[in-house]
Amino acid sequence: MTSPAAKPRSWSPPPLIPNPWWRWGLGLGAIGYLVIALSTLNVNWARVATGLTRGTRLLSGLLQPDFMSRWGDIQAGILESLTMTVVATVLGVVISIPVGFGAARNIAPTPIYLFCRALITISRTFQEVIIAILFVVMMGFGPLAGVLTLGFTTIGFLSKLLAEDIEEINAGQAEAIRATGASWLQIMTYGVLPQVMPRLVGLSVYRFDINLRESAVVGVVGAGGIGATLQTAFNRYEFDTAGAILLIIIALVMVTELTSVFIRRRVQ
Amino acid sequence: MPVSELNGQKIWQRRDRPTAIKHWLMWLVGTLIVLWCWQIISDATTWAFVRDSPEQAMQLIARMFPPNVAYAPTLVRPLWDTLNIATLGSIMGVAIALPISFLAATNTTPHPIVRSIALLMIVTSRSINSLIWALLLVAILGPGLLAGVLAIGLRSIGFVGKLFFEAIEEIDREPVEAVTATGASELQVLSYGIVPQVLPTFVGVSVFRWDINIRESTVLGLVGAGGIGVQLSAAVNGLQWGRVCTIFIVIFLMVLFSEWVSAKARKEII
Repeated sequence: MTSPAAKPRSWSPPPLIPNPWWRWGLGLGAIGYLVIALSTLNVNWARVATGLTRGTRLLSGLLQPDFMSRWGDIQAGILESLTMTVVATVLGVVISIPVGFGAARNIAPTPIYLFCRALITISRTFQEVIIAILFVVMMGFGPLAGVLTLGFTTIGFLSKLLAEDIEEINAGQAEAIRATGASWLQIMTYGVLPQVMPRLVGLSVYRFDINLRESAVVGVVGAGGIGATLQTAFNRYEFDTAGAILLIIIALVMVTELTSVFIRRRVQ
Repeated sequence: MPVSELNGQKIWQRRDRPTAIKHWLMWLVGTLIVLWCWQIISDATTWAFVRDSPEQAMQLIARMFPPNVAYAPTLVRPLWDTLNIATLGSIMGVAIALPISFLAATNTTPHPIVRSIALLMIVTSRSINSLIWALLLVAILGPGLLAGVLAIGLRSIGFVGKLFFEAIEEIDREPVEAVTATGASELQVLSYGIVPQVLPTFVGVSVFRWDINIRESTVLGLVGAGGIGVQLSAAVNGLQWGRVCTIFIVIFLMVLFSEWVSAKARKEII
């Protein structure tokens, strides 16, 4: 028995989008968008060219940071950022626990559920800085506005994730507590909270991390922290001081991030 | 489970005495730290301003409503700019994060030293907020959309790169080995063994970051990096609260829209 030799065949991977009309249409659309979008950038190349020399100065500022000449300002800014982060995280976590319970479909009555969800949506939609502007107008300049901003945005983040976690709990445990004749508060503390506690701790630590990063920014609109010092340094073109501040921020964020990863590993 | 006896009755306790004391001490120290921090904040606050803040808030709301509808048409161009900053910035971020993530993943990195450099780039990009990147770039390049695009791009590298390289590290080894066993070159192993496994995650992460970038790019204008933030900053400084309210509504709608698009796209892919 002889069989004809197998013909050499070629194979190519199937295309990502099977319909050729869609494939080519999307491709052309993307190219068209890019052309239009890039043409609206309006780059002033002469300005960029002069900027490049400044860029090299900034880079040398980062390599030779000047910690000393404005050390007083830097120190005060960093301390303010750190204290804002601590207070805002604690405040945010304390408020987001009831809001999170209220935003969980399986335990909250509809009016409370809708209210808490609306609060979460508003808190999540607007960038920290926008909320900071409003608090600065209401409370005046200073770190209190920053604390309230970070606390408010913490609520949106933490309550949403907490509510999602509560919606996925094992209902049997809460049911068992209820069978002992427990009150509503007791069901929550002994039937629901222990199930979501590890995640709550992990998320709070993670949020501390985020708040520290954000606390460096809200100062740009006058809500306290290191951001104001940084902006002043840029406005005065003191790139060596700015470089020092940036390095301190990076170091602080790295330290808290490592700590937060460590704590989250231990808890979960 | 520690049990103590009192008058012949057993009392159940959750922790034994030393552990309980340790827990109480931790709570005490934590509370003291928070109180001390609060003290510092409170000292830096002008309480007279805070006391009349409810009145200020009511006045603010009264000035914001009704929103200035006639102002809305002039916001079309800034919105388009904001969208472009977010989209072009995301494309740039993803394009740069792609090679970095392959260099940073333990199973695809050519050398441990290369890996640490890649990780350093990711951490640096992640630590600095896009608004700070914008401050820096506006100082260098001057105000304009370009600074905004670059700021969003530079900030996205870290976020996208981190999630990308974690996805690469979690791949299934067997398809890679199977492709290697056919005698494929390293590039072929990459494109037929690794990329198909991580592609859905990559697309999902990119769309998610685009969604976040829309939100971030709404404020870049505050430091002069283009987009709707420029109008917001002008309206706030000019105390034109009717316009501010219009801008807030527009931003709200845009963010809801981008969140919807991103959720829909991610559902399609995964």
